[in-house]
Order: sequence, then C-alpha cells, then structure tokens
Amino acid sequence: MSPLPPAAPRSGAGADRLFRLVTAGAAWLVLILLGGAAASMAWGGRLAFETFGWGFVSSRDWDAVSGKFGALVPIYGTLATSIIALLIAVPVSIGIALFLTDIAPRWLRAPIGTAVELLAAIPSIIYGMWGLFVFAPFMAAHVEPWLNDRLGPLPVVGVLFTGPPIGIGLLTASIVLGIMVIPFITAVARDVFNAVPTSLKEAAVALGSTRWEILSRVTLPYTRSAIIGAIFLGLGRALGETMAVTFVLGNAHDLSASLLMPSNSIAAAIANEFTEADSELYRSSLIALAFLLFVVTFLVLSAAKLMLMRIGRTHGRTH
Amino acid sequence: MPLRRKLADLVALLFAMAATLFGLIWLVWILWTTLAEGAAAITPALFTQMTPPPGSSGGLLNAFYGSAVMVLLALAIGTPLGIAAGTYLAEHGRNSRLAAVVSFLNDVLLSAPSIVIGLFVYELVVRPAGHFSGYAGALALAMILLPIVVRTTDESLRLVPNQMREAAFALGLPAWRVTSRIIYKSALSGIITGILLGLARIAGETAPLLFTALNNQFWSASIAQPLANVPVVIFQYAMSPYDEWHALAWAGALVLTTFVLGLNLMVRFFARKGSK
Repeated sequence: MSPLPPAAPRSGAGADRLFRLVTAGAAWLVLILLGGAAASMAWGGRLAFETFGWGFVSSRDWDAVSGKFGALVPIYGTLATSIIALLIAVPVSIGIALFLTDIAPRWLRAPIGTAVELLAAIPSIIYGMWGLFVFAPFMAAHVEPWLNDRLGPLPVVGVLFTGPPIGIGLLTASIVLGIMVIPFITAVARDVFNAVPTSLKEAAVALGSTRWEILSRVTLPYTRSAIIGAIFLGLGRALGETMAVTFVLGNAHDLSASLLMPSNSIAAAIANEFTEADSELYRSSLIALAFLLFVVTFLVLSAAKLMLMRIGRTHGRTH
Repeated sequence: MPLRRKLADLVALLFAMAATLFGLIWLVWILWTTLAEGAAAITPALFTQMTPPPGSSGGLLNAFYGSAVMVLLALAIGTPLGIAAGTYLAEHGRNSRLAAVVSFLNDVLLSAPSIVIGLFVYELVVRPAGHFSGYAGALALAMILLPIVVRTTDESLRLVPNQMREAAFALGLPAWRVTSRIIYKSALSGIITGILLGLARIAGETAPLLFTALNNQFWSASIAQPLANVPVVIFQYAMSPYDEWHALAWAGALVLTTFVLGLNLMVRFFARKGSK
C-alpha cells in the first residue's frame, strides 16, 4: 500500500501561513497608520511646542508677521461650535429616532430613515457652499437681527447675541455643524431604540404609560450608555469637521463673547492657512494644532466606542 | 388619565414630528439650492474645457479627470489592504488580541478628522518629495477608504454562517482556500457594498486633498504633478469673488452631489433587494 503523498498538505500549510501573514500585516497597517499620523503630527509640531510651551494653548496671539502663535481662539472656536452643534443635534436626533421607531407608520419609516442617512452622504464641501451662499445670507437677513433685538438686551446671555448681523460667524457654523451630525446620532439612537426588548415596552404599556413615559422611563434609561456613546460620536465628528466650517466661520483670530462674530476653528485654520504658511514656525504651529485636534478626537471617539461596546455586549452584537 | 400626562405625551409626539421635519427641511433646502444653481451653470463646455483663469468662462474637464484618477488609484490601494485586514479581523485573527485592538482603532480611524490625514500624507510624501502630487492625493484618499473597507468586510464575513466554514474544512480544504473560494463568495455583495459606499465618501473629500494634490489650472495627465480635482476646485472657486467661478463651482457641486447621492441610493436599493 503506497503512502499518501505528503506534498499536498505541506504546500497548503505554506500558503496558509502566507495568507495569514498578509492579512495580519494589513491589520497591523491600520495600527501603524494611526500611530504614524499621531507621531508625525507630534514631530511636525515640536518646533511650536518647544517655542511656546504651554503658552501655545493659552495665548490668543496669532500673528504671522511677528511669529507669535497661540491657539486659544481656534481651540475656543472648535469647542464652542461643536457644543452648540450638539445642543441642536441631540434633541433633534432623539426626536427623529423616536419618530422612526414608535410613531411613524411602517411604510414611512424606510424612506424617511434613508433621507436622514443621506444628510450624512452629502459631501461637506456642499454644506460649506450652501452655508456661504444661501444660509449665511439667510441668517444675516432674518435670524440675527431678530436675535439682536430680542435676546441682545437680556442680562448675562445678551452678550452672546450682540454684534453685527453679518451671517458669517460662530452661530451659523454651529447650526451647519449641527445639521451634519444629526444623521450620525440618529442612526445609533434608532438602532438602540429598536433593540429595546418589546417585553419591557409592553409591560410599560400594560401599566398605562403614555408614549412620552415609555421614552423617558424605559427607552432612554435602557439605552443610556449607547445614547451617550452616540453623542460622543457626534462630538468627534463635529470637532474635526473642516470644509463646512471653513466656509462660514470667517477665519478671524479674535476672541469674542458674541456668537454672531466671526471666529476660527482648528480645522478651519489649518485648511485656510497651511498652504500659505511661509515660515517653519508658522507651519509647525498649524501641525501642532492638528496634533491637539487628533488627540482630542481620539479620546472622544474612543470614549464613544467604549460606550457603544457596552450596549453591544448586553445584546451580543457590536456596532 | 390626568391632563398633565396627556399633555406631556402630546408635546413629545409633536416634538418628534417637528424634529423629523427639521431634519428633512435641510436636506430638501440643500439639494434644491444645488440643483437650481448647478443646473443653470451646466453647459457642454463643462465637460470639454479646462478650468479657466479668473473672470472668464471654461469647464472642469481637468478636474473631473484628476478626481477620477485619484479616486481609482485610492480604490486600487485601499481595497485590497482593507479586505485583507477585514479578513484578519473576521477570520484568521478572530478572538485574538491584535484583532480586538485593530477593530477598536479602526473605528476611531473611521471618524478621525480627514484634515489630519491630509497633513500626515503631506509630512510623509509631499514634504520629502518637495512638491504636491496626484499620488499624494490618492494616498490620502486611500487612507480614508481603508477603515471603511475594513469595517464592512469584517461585518460581512461575520454574517457568513459557521456551518459553511465547517463544511469546507471537513472537505479537507486549507484555510486560505476556504476563505478565498467560499467565504468571500458568500460575503461578496456586502464587501462590494462597502467599497461603493467608500467610493462615494472619498469622491467628495476635500480637506485631505488641500495639502496633497492641491490643484492645477491646466491639463496634466501626470500623477507626479499637482493634480486638479473637483472638490478643491469647488472650494477655491466658491471662495473667489468672480461670478464665472461661482457658476462653475455650482456646476461642479451638482455633478458631485448627483454622483455621491446616486451611488448611495443605488447601493441601498441593491442591498435591500439582495437581503430579501
């Protein structure tokens, strides 16, 4: 009896090893790219960090002529626009998710869900152009004069709404940003609302709960960590959004309490100024800004992912 | 039922409807503006002439060409790498620590600011080479495409029932043939969906091209040179003070939006049909 030819399984094993090596190498590449991006931003920004130290994040001077760069204004602009954007997007997204899961008739759910998802597919440059040519003039003509008249004279909050109604500024950028993150938060909220066990909702209905009571006492508490994760996901998107903000924020390096004034954000400053940066220190300062943005979005998005994994584990599925 | 509870319920109902209306109004408003402004600016010259100097008319031919070249090149780089990494996560490295870490960080990369990726490629390629180039732009787009393909490949492979793997192994096939001949085949539509959605995403990306491909007013077929592309042309022309440039920017915006949204809707339509 002849022995089995040993060649076939061995060559299979070699190809197996190669296949495994190639796929593992590609997986490593994802890590290398992420680490490489962080390292290259840190390296490119080292001149700015060395020159200005902590002053880089606390100073509001941004003067290319005298070579002084402080990032306070773009940092403030990034945080302010993102937070106002979330104040708009979070309630709206939860409202849409509630509509899509509990209120809308079944035949309407898919088309409206797709329409909201399309908001995320529109390229951000289109948001920017529309913002510059259509929305900013609309704000200047109809919304900002009203804010000036009605909210401007109020104590404390009034200062936020005084200033020239020119349309370009923090408030306009925040609203555009808010529209852009709605689809991301809505998508997660809709999925987790759908994942709430029907028995819980039925129990609440049996106890005589209204729709609002089911949302506020069953659905939201049950999905809390995923909703927080979704909000962080939206925050991560908003912090790094570039083109739309660049169009409507005004690229002004002035710190102003008013939301109607032009301002700047980290991403917009880089987009506007990087190709014009004529000195090593200028370029390094912009890359240092990118490093700060990268670190902050990394932390925010990691937190989002951890929150979303928590609910994934309880349902045996991941996002 | 007390009036207060009824009222709270009514308010919640109205709020949810208002929120949905609020979300949809922007979609309609943006699409309507793009359609109205863009349709008025679309002429045959758009597809036959080069980008004009300030204050005169022309087309976007070189920008369409540059965008197509960079997007295709990005697909050629990003797709095989993304499928390979996704395969590791779902098949060969499933339950390994590396796969868990990569899966986590891939999701972070998925939402990472694209402008930072542009700067990274600038530092990596443009600064050492000394000039902007089409291949730097393609590389930046490939880095944005990669995590999308990784995620969708991973997800579609995980949907393949384990019985298929067991049956294939029982026939004595080596693991790499199980994956390449059987698992890929049954996950194919999901993987292609991911690639097409990634294509739609990178076609409209502007920020990563600002510091890599930059722009080029003239016809250039060489990817070693700065390369014109639709998003950066739209950006520069929209920010300019010239009416002719604004019109071209709107025309480019309409073509871009039609392409991106059309691709999205098509993919969704076929994905839904396939799952039925």
